[in-house]
Amino acid sequence: MNAPDVGKIVGTAKAPRVDHVLIAEMVEAGSRVLDVGCGDGELLQLLTERKGVDGRGVELQRDKVNACVARRLSVIQGDADRDLDNYPDQAFDYAVLSLTIQATRQPKTVLENLLRIGRRAIVSFPNFGHWHVRTKLLLTGRMPINDNLPDQWYLTPNAHLCTIRDFADLCELVHADVEQAVAFNAYGARLPIKWSLSMQNLFGEKAVFLLRGPSRSSGSI
Amino acid sequence: MTAAPPNIIASVPRRHSEVHTPTSPVARFEAGAPLRLACQQDLAPFSIAYETYGALNSEKSNAILICHALTADQYVASPHPITGKPGWWDNMVGPGKPIDTDRFYVICSNVLGGCMGSTGPASIDPKTNAPYGLNFPLITLGDMVEAQARLIDYLGIDQLFAVIGGSMGGMQVLEWASRFKDRVFAAVPIATAAWHSSQNIAFHEVGRQAVMADPEWKGGNYYAAGTVPKNGLAVARMAAHITYLSEEALHRKFGRNLQDRSEKTFSFSADFQVESYLRHQGSTFVDRFDANSYLYITRALDYFDLRENAGGVLANAFRGTKTRFCIVSFTSDWLYPTRESRTIVQALNAVAANVSFVEIESDKGHDAFLLDEPTFSATIRGFLNAAAVKRGLGAAKEGER
Repeated sequence: MNAPDVGKIVGTAKAPRVDHVLIAEMVEAGSRVLDVGCGDGELLQLLTERKGVDGRGVELQRDKVNACVARRLSVIQGDADRDLDNYPDQAFDYAVLSLTIQATRQPKTVLENLLRIGRRAIVSFPNFGHWHVRTKLLLTGRMPINDNLPDQWYLTPNAHLCTIRDFADLCELVHADVEQAVAFNAYGARLPIKWSLSMQNLFGEKAVFLLRGPSRSSGSI
Repeated sequence: MTAAPPNIIASVPRRHSEVHTPTSPVARFEAGAPLRLACQQDLAPFSIAYETYGALNSEKSNAILICHALTADQYVASPHPITGKPGWWDNMVGPGKPIDTDRFYVICSNVLGGCMGSTGPASIDPKTNAPYGLNFPLITLGDMVEAQARLIDYLGIDQLFAVIGGSMGGMQVLEWASRFKDRVFAAVPIATAAWHSSQNIAFHEVGRQAVMADPEWKGGNYYAAGTVPKNGLAVARMAAHITYLSEEALHRKFGRNLQDRSEKTFSFSADFQVESYLRHQGSTFVDRFDANSYLYITRALDYFDLRENAGGVLANAFRGTKTRFCIVSFTSDWLYPTRESRTIVQALNAVAANVSFVEIESDKGHDAFLLDEPTFSATIRGFLNAAAVKRGLGAAKEGER
C-alpha cells in the first residue's frame, strides 16, 4: 500500500505508515501482540522497537514470511480465515488486523476470532465511504481506484470492502465495544475525534478501531 | 575378528572399525547407569559417538545440538571417515555459516541404533561377546533422544541454546522440545512430521523386506558369516532415495536420457540415467551403512507418534513450553509434506507457543533441506540471530546477518 508519509520521523529510511503509528500509540508497552496479515513485518518491527512488545505475525505470502523470519520476527505462514481457530482464548493482549479484513473470506468470523484471541482487537481498513470514493463511483460509474484501493476490480484481493458505518455495525453485531475509533484523511492527518461518525465516514480515507470483545469467562482450553 | 573371507566387499573392515572404534570421540555409559528403553528393557553399557565444532562459552549457553536424519551420522561438518566426502551439512554448519561455529558450540551425535560408533545392532553384546544382531532391543526416537540427553549431561551442559534437525532429525527435535522443556531454548524442526504416516511406514516396510529377503542377511547374523546383504540393502536405499526427491527434480536431472549409450539395448542393463544413478546410490550406501541399523532405525521412525504420550492430542506434547520454535517445510517435499508441518504449527499455536513457520519454495523434494537453498539459509540465520539476542548471546557481526 502506498500510504502518504507523515514526514515527521527523522533518521529512518522510510517513515512508518500513519495507521501503524497510531496502533503503536494504542498498544501498551511490553504487551503480547499478534499481527494477522503482517506483510513484511513493518508494524511488528515498529511495535518491537517502540513498545518492546512480544510480537507474533501471521502472513499468507510465503516470500513475505521468509523476509520476516530473516529479519528476526516470529511469523508463521498462514491464513486469517483458516489458521486463527487454533489459538486459545485471550492468548494475546492485542490481536491486530491491519488493512487486511477487507481481503478475508469471512470478515465476521475473523473479527470474532480476533476478539477471542486478544484481550483487545485493533482493526484498520480502507473506508469505502470516503467522499472521493463516493464521487468517483457517482461520476464515472466505475469502481474507484486510489492509493488505498489500487487494483482493478478483477485483480483486487479485496473481497469485502466496507465503510466506517458498516464496520461500526459489524462491531455491534459481534458485541464488541469500540474503545477508540480514529479516521485519517487523504493526507494522513487524523480527523478531529469530536466529529460525528457520518463526518468521519465522509472524510476518512482509512480508519483504525480499538475494540474489546464481549466479556467472557476466563480459563478456557 | 577373523580374517575377511575373499567374497567380502572391500569396505567392510573399515566400516566395522567405525562401529567399534570410531574416528570421533565417544561417551561411554557404564553398566551401572542403564538406559531404560521404551520397550521396558535396560540397555547397558552403551556408547554415544559424537563430534563437536566451535567452543563452549564459559556460561555454557551457546551449545547447539544437531540431530541427524535416517542414514546420516555425527560428521555434520567434517569429512566422513569412510567415504571422505565433506560433512553432510557442510553448507549450513561452519565458521560464518548460518549455524556459525565461530559463535556456537555445535554438537552432533550418532543416534542410538546407528553404526558409526554409537551402540547399535552391529555393536558387541556384552552377554555374548558377539554383535547383537537381532538381539538388539527395538528402540524408539524417544530412546535416541534420552541417550542424547545423557551425552549433553556428560558434556556438562544444562540448557541447549538450540536443537536443530531435518527429517528424522526434526522428529528428534520435537521429542527434545516435548521431553526436556527447560533444556531447549530454541527448536528448529525441518521437513518433518509429528508422527509417521501410513505411507511413510509403507515405504519403510518395502525397504526392510528387501533387506530381509537377501539370503546374505542370514536372520541378522551376517556379521559372523562375514557377509553383507548388500543387494537387499541397496534396493532398500534405491526405493527410499526416490522418496527424497521430487518428480520435477528427477525430470530436470535425468529426463528420459540414456546412460553412456545412444540406443536402448533391449536388455535389463541400466539404459536410463536415472537407473544408473539409483544403482550408484544403492551400491555406495552399502559401503557405509549397516543393514541391521537400517532395519532398527526405520522401525524407530515407524513407531514415532508424538501424540502417544500426550493423551492423543499433539498440543499436549508442548503444553507449558517456553521454547522458541522455527518450523520449516519445502513445497515439493512429498515425504513429509507442508501440511504435516502445519499440524505441528497448529498444535504449538494452541498452547500459545512462540512459533515461526516458513514454507520454502523448492522443487528439490525432501532432500532440499540438505542442499544449498538461499532462502532456507537466510531463514535459519535470521531465526538463530533473533534467538541469540534473546538468550543474551549478542547479535551477529555486521555483514553476517
